[in-house]
Amino acid sequence: MKLTFTAADEQFREEVADWLNDNLRDEFADIRYRGGPGDEHHFVDERKAWERRLAAGRWTCIGWPDTWGGRAASIEQQVIFHEEYARAGGPGRMGHIGDTLTGPTLLAFGSEEQKAKYLPPIRDGVAFWSQGYSEPGAGSDLAAIRTKAVQDETSGQWKITGQKVWTSLAHESDFVFVLARVDRESSRHHGLGFFLVALDQPGVTIRPITQLTGTAEFNEVYFDDAVCDADDIVGAPGDGWKVAMGLLGFERGVSTLGQQMLFQTELDEIIRIARANGASRDPDIRQRIAEAHIGLKTMRYNSMRMLSGGEDGSLSREAMIYKLYWSSWHRNLGKLAMDVLGPEAELIESGPYELNKLQSLFLFTRADTIYGGTNQIQRNLIAERALGMPKEPRGQGM
Amino acid sequence: MKFAFTDEQQMLRDTSQAFLADKSTSAAVRAACVSPEHHDAELWQSICEEMYWQGILIPEHVDGLGLGWVEMAIVLEAAGERLLTSPLFAVAQSTAALLGCPASEMRDLLLSSLAAGNVISLAMGNQSGGWDSVGVTANETSTTTVLSGEARFVPFGFAAAKLLVVARDASNTLTLWVVDPQQDGVFVEPTPTMDQTRPMATVRFERAAVSSDQLLATQADELVSDTLALSRILTVADQVGVAQASLDISVDFTKERKQFDRTIASFQAIKHKAADMMLKAESARSLLYYAACTADAWLAGEVDRDALHEAAYMASACASDAAFFNAGCGIQMHGGVGITEEYDIQLYFKRARATESYLGRPSEMREAIACQLLDGDVA
Repeated sequence: MKLTFTAADEQFREEVADWLNDNLRDEFADIRYRGGPGDEHHFVDERKAWERRLAAGRWTCIGWPDTWGGRAASIEQQVIFHEEYARAGGPGRMGHIGDTLTGPTLLAFGSEEQKAKYLPPIRDGVAFWSQGYSEPGAGSDLAAIRTKAVQDETSGQWKITGQKVWTSLAHESDFVFVLARVDRESSRHHGLGFFLVALDQPGVTIRPITQLTGTAEFNEVYFDDAVCDADDIVGAPGDGWKVAMGLLGFERGVSTLGQQMLFQTELDEIIRIARANGASRDPDIRQRIAEAHIGLKTMRYNSMRMLSGGEDGSLSREAMIYKLYWSSWHRNLGKLAMDVLGPEAELIESGPYELNKLQSLFLFTRADTIYGGTNQIQRNLIAERALGMPKEPRGQGM
Repeated sequence: MKFAFTDEQQMLRDTSQAFLADKSTSAAVRAACVSPEHHDAELWQSICEEMYWQGILIPEHVDGLGLGWVEMAIVLEAAGERLLTSPLFAVAQSTAALLGCPASEMRDLLLSSLAAGNVISLAMGNQSGGWDSVGVTANETSTTTVLSGEARFVPFGFAAAKLLVVARDASNTLTLWVVDPQQDGVFVEPTPTMDQTRPMATVRFERAAVSSDQLLATQADELVSDTLALSRILTVADQVGVAQASLDISVDFTKERKQFDRTIASFQAIKHKAADMMLKAESARSLLYYAACTADAWLAGEVDRDALHEAAYMASACASDAAFFNAGCGIQMHGGVGITEEYDIQLYFKRARATESYLGRPSEMREAIACQLLDGDVA
């Protein structure tokens, strides 16, 4: 059992830190620490330019194989990259869905033509992706998808009709991957297809969803006979569920330590305010700040165990608790921030409704325990998969 | 970076669990609790002769195994899982104290004695039960030094061949002595405990004369506080075992118990409780092994005392909460039988309570962290 990185990994860390120090400045100085969750709608053009700079330094898609312009970075190196990126204040990655979801999916399930067509623009930081999974009637119950894809028998082209929702930054993206039903008679996870769809076309309408923060990162995406070429379905028609579930396993937690670095920045800010305004003398606040500190360390060592786990990609017990842990912790942190600020927390600094960082933290962390699998769903998964308790009974239809 | 067990550590875990599954059964634990010796002396003997757990932390040159804190944690976690009723914690705690003492013939003698399976207990608790002050004084007379006062909560003190005694001297600094429980002026009384798996004693000193060769350490304030931190890590290991076992036996129970024509494990109200319990147990386990690695790093001179103490505070706060939460939820999941003597969940519940505040309440651990984060100068 060893908690330190090897000398080679530490050297890699230095290389990352040096590059970021040399590049995340001048025209990119303003986007440091910006564009994270709750702030994703800011500095979009600058962050796209930053993706091209990253690409020039070979710092996009580092987990991909050399053949496709990656670095074939080890799990440790990817962790280090994310840590240093967060430490340097690297902005929210516009390219992260392409880098961590579309890319690995195509590498695992895509055809050679699909790889050649889609991977280089992601790697070069010029094509941006969003994901089309959830629908108004398919949230926690993803297999209830109703969006349809119909193939034209002569041209082979697919036409997609339906609605996706909670599509982050669709209005700033070039492509969306869409899970849609290819077999009209099918139900649940059978008969689905996984499609690569260009967003800039007449059959696609994107409407932003204004959130409780007053900002809009999420969208509704309407497909009305949107066109997708015959070559742009990943895997066979009917294999969509398999592809989609494979995708969920790719991330393997390499970004978790980087995420925690951002959490640490938020906690540090709350501690700074508590010391300045005297909240640090309140016994309850003291307990909660200590609890938050302990929770963040817990998250770190949970992650380290998860990252040290089996190479077979199977989801360990530590991995299964990760989402439930961080989302609950972060939501509590948002409330702690408000309680430390007291009445000051109410005041809007600039109008009409420009929230400061901690106000957005408080409001936006209410989404953390919902997206990507609600806490209730996470608890079901833990109970069923890790503890072997019986599955939830299914309803009998409407 | 490999925050996972080595093959040898995994093997130690497997053999420890297998040994205790066989030897520390529910019936064996219950028998040990009510035996005149408050433990199963035969079991302790086989632990010492077959498993050699008492020697894990003891260096090889004094007959120990020379292993580390991760290994010690692995065994104590398994002990917690099976409610092991034995002097293992007491012995590990005394070993930790002795390792912090300056080298001396007496120290090595005591370490060898521990390695041979003799019980040595550490007496440092004061009269009020807090751990930040000491209830025994060491006063020099014209001819000798005498110990007076009372040390409570001494683990397995009634079974100890020797006692390590923390005493405050006239200059108000701490000293560490070794005394024979049979010697004049030393009175050891077993104290019945609500959790019968962790028996304790009160040791009273009435002008007990001690000689200079019984003195193990002077200026021992840091030694005592470091020993306390290490003792917390030992306790955390036990709590992680209790948290895990409480989860496991409760989930097993709910998979058997039927109501409304289905197992109660199929109800979401039960599943979600179990999921929360697993989250607590796994989190406490992560901090346990972080703290154990930190203890090893501290002994190797790689990190400072502050790192050791912080790790112990954090792990203790987290594991105390986890063990109590899980055992408490476990009773609820058992329903009516959870409060009967017959089912084991009540034994875990009592052990969780006993360890929760044994070396300081979770709120005290958090307050210590808060002091570090919120008081003093900004770095």
